[in-house]
Amino acid sequence: MEQMGLTTGRNKSKSTVERIMNIIFLICGLAAVICVICMTVYMIISGWPAIQKIGVFEFLFGQVWDPENSEFGIAPMILSSIIATFSAILVALPLGILVAVFLSKLIPGRLSSILRTLIDLLAGIPSVVYGLLGAILIVPLIFELQTSLGLPTSGCLLSAIIILIIMILPTIISVSETAIRAVPQQYEDASLALGSTKLQSIFRATVPAAKSGIVAGMVLGVGRAIGEAMAVIMVAGNAAIMPEFLKPARLLTASIPIEWAYSSGLHREALYGIGLVLFIFIMVINIVLNMVLKKAVN
Amino acid sequence: MNEVETQNKVKIHTKNLDLFYGDVHALKDVNLDIQSHNVTALIGPSGCGKSTYLKTLNRMNDTIDGVKITGDVFLDNENVYGKGVDVTILRKKVGMVFQSPNPFPMSIYDNITYGPRMHGVKKRIELDEIVEKSLKGAAIWDEVKDRMKKSALSLSGGQQQRLCIARALATQPDVLLMDEPTSALDPISTTKIEELIAELKKNYSIVIVTHNMQQAARISDDTAFFLLGELIENHKTETIFSSPQDKRTEDYITGRFG
Repeated sequence: MEQMGLTTGRNKSKSTVERIMNIIFLICGLAAVICVICMTVYMIISGWPAIQKIGVFEFLFGQVWDPENSEFGIAPMILSSIIATFSAILVALPLGILVAVFLSKLIPGRLSSILRTLIDLLAGIPSVVYGLLGAILIVPLIFELQTSLGLPTSGCLLSAIIILIIMILPTIISVSETAIRAVPQQYEDASLALGSTKLQSIFRATVPAAKSGIVAGMVLGVGRAIGEAMAVIMVAGNAAIMPEFLKPARLLTASIPIEWAYSSGLHREALYGIGLVLFIFIMVINIVLNMVLKKAVN
Repeated sequence: MNEVETQNKVKIHTKNLDLFYGDVHALKDVNLDIQSHNVTALIGPSGCGKSTYLKTLNRMNDTIDGVKITGDVFLDNENVYGKGVDVTILRKKVGMVFQSPNPFPMSIYDNITYGPRMHGVKKRIELDEIVEKSLKGAAIWDEVKDRMKKSALSLSGGQQQRLCIARALATQPDVLLMDEPTSALDPISTTKIEELIAELKKNYSIVIVTHNMQQAARISDDTAFFLLGELIENHKTETIFSSPQDKRTEDYITGRFG
């Protein structure tokens, strides 16, 4: 009997191709996972010994970072990083949402698409350029502020925060704007039909409906802020002291590039330790915010 | 106001209403009276202007770019397009239910209180009262009373639409506009909504756009037939369906075009 119904001779070779492709995709997927696992393992192997030698408590809560005298406390850097990131998000998130609403709802489409292109461009500018801008434009302004308050002039935490705000705004705007634009018009219509004004409708119906996207923008913003090194080094003054807005501050990310070249022995190992702390920080923030995100979606 | 007085009273009076979308003349000199405590059905083929007309009654066309409207719509003798009219108050008095159910992605409770909160009701007790009354009014109270905090999106399509009706009732309107409210629903849900409309007309004046001729015949007291932006004729529903005056109406309701 020749070919019956649904079977063909090609069947076998087709399924072989399918199987091979499946294996290729599996390898690609595994490669990403393996990268993450390798990094994690490597960070722990290289960072942990120093932390152990210095002492976990001494390392995380020690207030003095003085490698020459074997003092390796990174509490000032941890606090500076937390304060800088938190302050930057606190300002950038509401500002970013307002800009996103403006772009998506309040101005005509053509103007909005021009502005959006510009903002997307901002998101791609190398951070060292932001650092330059900060050093030229923001730091002198802060100097004036410091002088008028009778403080010594220097790079400071506030300058770093301002630079971080500017750096994470494009990301937050762009992601929030996309999210707001994706909300069906029907929510706004329903709200208008209940007798709300346009602005009430946007802020009480449309924006809440876009909250999962907005939280996603926030996650990206936090990630960028806490991980940023170059721009921050250029404006923050980099003294490893307890954070104050108008005094020099060193963020977690800063010690590694500043001291890497001349460090050796326990000092260099301690820098690995900082890397591990930073790594754990970013992991935890991502996991927590993603959980929040999932909750928001449900 | 007693029953006799509320009958046969003109709720909405439309006079020489023209509407343009840019160059398109979408409504042509429409003159139509809508009776109080009646169901008025607007029928006609797609693109005939019936939905556009419906939206002139709560000025939802205002939000569309390039719309120009001339003529007058009087709600209780007050010109809806008059100077200094606050559309938010108009829309509070003239509620609207859309074609596909569009509850907000919030809890059932928050959906209902959305309108009242916007109009300044803040007290929890008052809000609770409004919620119960509105949900009972839309015949959905028994189905949702134990899950007020659940997302409105967890309801079925038919329930969502009744929730949307309840949401519209919550601002205590006089008039309810319905833009093909059952076209996205299954037959059982449709029946429920139709029964609800029959109940609602005791307290509200209802204008409903429908593509479904049987539905118009079943639920409406008056029917207006639109074609190409013109109001061809309007009458008691029995009259329209038994002895239409205009040949075009007859052709449409007998299914010769549409």
